[in-house]
Amino acid sequence: MNLKPEPLVFEVSAPGRIAVSLPKGDTPSYPLPPGLVRTELKLPELDELTVVRHFTRLSQKNFSIDTDFYPLGSCTMKYNPKANEVAAGLPGFRNTHPLVGEEFSQGALELVHRLQSMLAEIGGFKAVSLQPAAGAHGELAGVFMIRAYHLSRGDAKRTKILIPDSAHGTNPASCTMAGLEALTLPSNAEGGVDMEALKAGLDAAAGEVAGIMITNPNTLGLFERNIEEIARLVHEAGGLVYGDGANMNALTGVFKPGESGIDVMHFNLHKTFSTPHGGGGPGSGMVGAGDRLAAFLPGPVAVEKGERYALEMPAKSIGRMKAFYGNFGVLVRAYTYIRMLGPNGLRRVAENAVLNANYLKVRIEKVFPLKYSRRCMHEFVAMGDIAPGIHTLDIAKRLIDYGIHPPTIYFPLIVPEALMVEPTETESLATLDEFVRVMTLIAQEAKTRPELLHAAPTTTPIGRLDEVAAARSPVLCYRA
Amino acid sequence: MPFVANSNADRAAMLAAVGVKDMDELFADIPAARRFPRLDLPEALSELEALREVEALAAKNVTASTCAWFLGAGAYNHFIPAVVGAIASRGEFLTAYTPYQPEVSQGTLQAIFEYQSMAAELFGMEVVNASHYDGATALAEAVLMAWHNAPSRDTVLIPAALHPEYKDVIRTYFSAFPVKVEEYRGDPSKAPLSDKVFGLVSAYPEFEGELRDLAPASAAAHAAGALSIVQVDPIMCGILKSPGALGADIVVAEGQALGNAMNYGGPFLGMMGATSKLVRKMPGRIVGEAKDHEGRKGFVLTLSAREQHIRREKAVSNICSNQGLVMLQACVYLAAMGKGGLCAVARLCWDKAHYAAGRIGAIPGFKVENGAFFKEFLVRTPVPAEALSEKLSRRCVVPGLPLSRYYPERKNELLVCVTEACTKAQIDLLVQSLTEASK
Repeated sequence: MNLKPEPLVFEVSAPGRIAVSLPKGDTPSYPLPPGLVRTELKLPELDELTVVRHFTRLSQKNFSIDTDFYPLGSCTMKYNPKANEVAAGLPGFRNTHPLVGEEFSQGALELVHRLQSMLAEIGGFKAVSLQPAAGAHGELAGVFMIRAYHLSRGDAKRTKILIPDSAHGTNPASCTMAGLEALTLPSNAEGGVDMEALKAGLDAAAGEVAGIMITNPNTLGLFERNIEEIARLVHEAGGLVYGDGANMNALTGVFKPGESGIDVMHFNLHKTFSTPHGGGGPGSGMVGAGDRLAAFLPGPVAVEKGERYALEMPAKSIGRMKAFYGNFGVLVRAYTYIRMLGPNGLRRVAENAVLNANYLKVRIEKVFPLKYSRRCMHEFVAMGDIAPGIHTLDIAKRLIDYGIHPPTIYFPLIVPEALMVEPTETESLATLDEFVRVMTLIAQEAKTRPELLHAAPTTTPIGRLDEVAAARSPVLCYRA
Repeated sequence: MPFVANSNADRAAMLAAVGVKDMDELFADIPAARRFPRLDLPEALSELEALREVEALAAKNVTASTCAWFLGAGAYNHFIPAVVGAIASRGEFLTAYTPYQPEVSQGTLQAIFEYQSMAAELFGMEVVNASHYDGATALAEAVLMAWHNAPSRDTVLIPAALHPEYKDVIRTYFSAFPVKVEEYRGDPSKAPLSDKVFGLVSAYPEFEGELRDLAPASAAAHAAGALSIVQVDPIMCGILKSPGALGADIVVAEGQALGNAMNYGGPFLGMMGATSKLVRKMPGRIVGEAKDHEGRKGFVLTLSAREQHIRREKAVSNICSNQGLVMLQACVYLAAMGKGGLCAVARLCWDKAHYAAGRIGAIPGFKVENGAFFKEFLVRTPVPAEALSEKLSRRCVVPGLPLSRYYPERKNELLVCVTEACTKAQIDLLVQSLTEASK
């Protein structure tokens, strides 16, 4: 890791430099509108080498999958095949335009259509829309669809959505954006939905239940064993079931969520179907739906018309979630990935993801206890407060000193001092064993040399930052 | 098998360590009847075969690499310097997560801070967030933000000449709320403002090309107690006054033009800036400066009390994953272009577009409809624009967007876009092709 401070791009600027050679004008010049001419533009002025060194040095201040183990729970930080990048970078995809016309983009439409069909098969859905641009965006589309479904039946009273307390924060936030009220459901002693609380919740909101949002496997990494019963109860109460597919990496070829009573579901296509996270995105949040909701999917979607492919809005579509047809570049990667794996490969992905997680779980829980200790799926949640004065944050920061990215911490909220570990299928047994060795070592240090943990990390360009002060008087832009 | 490191021997040892005899037992939580369903998918291909297959699909598309390209309408064919791809494809950026652990993410965090700073300068705003999904969702979230700023008001005014897909996205985003989305025609300073209006949206320039001084519109919005929301072409900000200088409170843009390919419509870059007064109502991630215990400067995700992972149902938005890598591309693009380059690109667009408009307007039967415009202008055509477009596209001259794609009744209107990537020879070819095809 590059420890040297790197000046801001503005601070390495020198007047008159330019890093790009542009063609000379080959047409006459035309006057700009006098009242609108810009007189000052304070962008940096750099040469190309300075640009390259600056950003290369910045890159070296990151942990990444290509350089480090990244067992970040619920984030599915697996290795993404480089062939995906080649595919998405083909000029025939990169340099084509969303409005060039169906006749002139048959290859892109065919890929979209094939991917829709493959994802419908993997998820057990009737139909799929690839429009949403991220997981949360797919969630929003899904709750809009649930709302539209009830309204289409003349039922405007259904405004409440039940959400387990282990859910991602995006679930309740998506409900709010769809004008629905989120009601929290407690988890039971096994980490699943508390069935009595579910029944009570459905009764208390009788006639007003729009549906339930359920993540399966949930954020504890546990498969919701009552999923079909939950769906039956919610349907009986007149509600619909939303499936959050954030953790689909545990289920490809193992279980089709659409067969368990789920009416609409998103997949984080970029996670399970392999686009690098890019330091924050882009993602893709495809939505799949069963019989009740297929007509409400966002659009347009690709359809086959005789010999050719076309775009069409589903019959009762909630409309567009974004301009054009989704994050197409991510779709190309997902398509390429699925083609390289095939049905058996996809099952192997889930099997190894779950096997790696369980292997780590049985070894880690000897030093870091679990609140819910039954067999896990693709991830598990341990607790970091293993010695007096030691918190999960200290464990996380000490891991950095050993060259490992911390697990997700303090989530889910129902586990105190949570350390959420997701190794993924692409990590080797040797890497997992090294992680166990380091975690065991840190557990010893926590008891014998806690100051090492409190001071961590010390091997990085900066130590722990004062985030409270940063938020109190925010500096959000460079000022000369 | 590819992309899984465990050998059969590893798996056997690990199953034993877990204490199960086989995979079936490992997945015992899943109802047996539903476990390991048949997947009706094509069998796996090798990397070589898979790439051949996608290459064959890619080859069926008409692209800007091989055609004279005058189609814009929300996705733009601008030149991308090689340095952008070289940096954005570095694994340390490409395969890093969202920078929640600042000590091991200073590269991403500083790049976001630099992007925020350069974009804020471009827009004339005080704060820019770390991105939205695209220009349309950035605009929809900006309108939500304006509503949250004045929840007792119930109307937003949007231009009739806004990108039709942006209008659709705003309608989707507001489908559950008691808010009226009303369209106005022409000059935004004459839009029907009232004490019910929380936001006035204007476009700089409009989808149909028209370019206006928006200072009077912002002043009118402020006089009515509404926020001025401006959707801008970020390249144009290289030579024309920023929306901030014209009084905007919130600025949004489609940032694809800044170093990102057209990608058949995505991934793109939703850009959003605002005045610092509004920052705590702003959606999306924001990076700020911070200090560690030794006083060393670093960068961190900040003001997260606005966000879903902290506030859940009370968050200002549900956005989580954004367009991080595309933002990085825009960051490198702006740094590489810098002051001189961006200004030059914008000027090339301006000159070439005005040359093209002059020549097209001189073809018998053709007329340019705009008063003022930047790189895109609306042409009235003597024959249906869709037919022209089809005919010319077959000859690898993609002349623009027939407006009938969005408005079936507007058959004889073609939206033509000219960027620095078009040569004079290509423009002359377009003029010649339009002349011949309309005879």
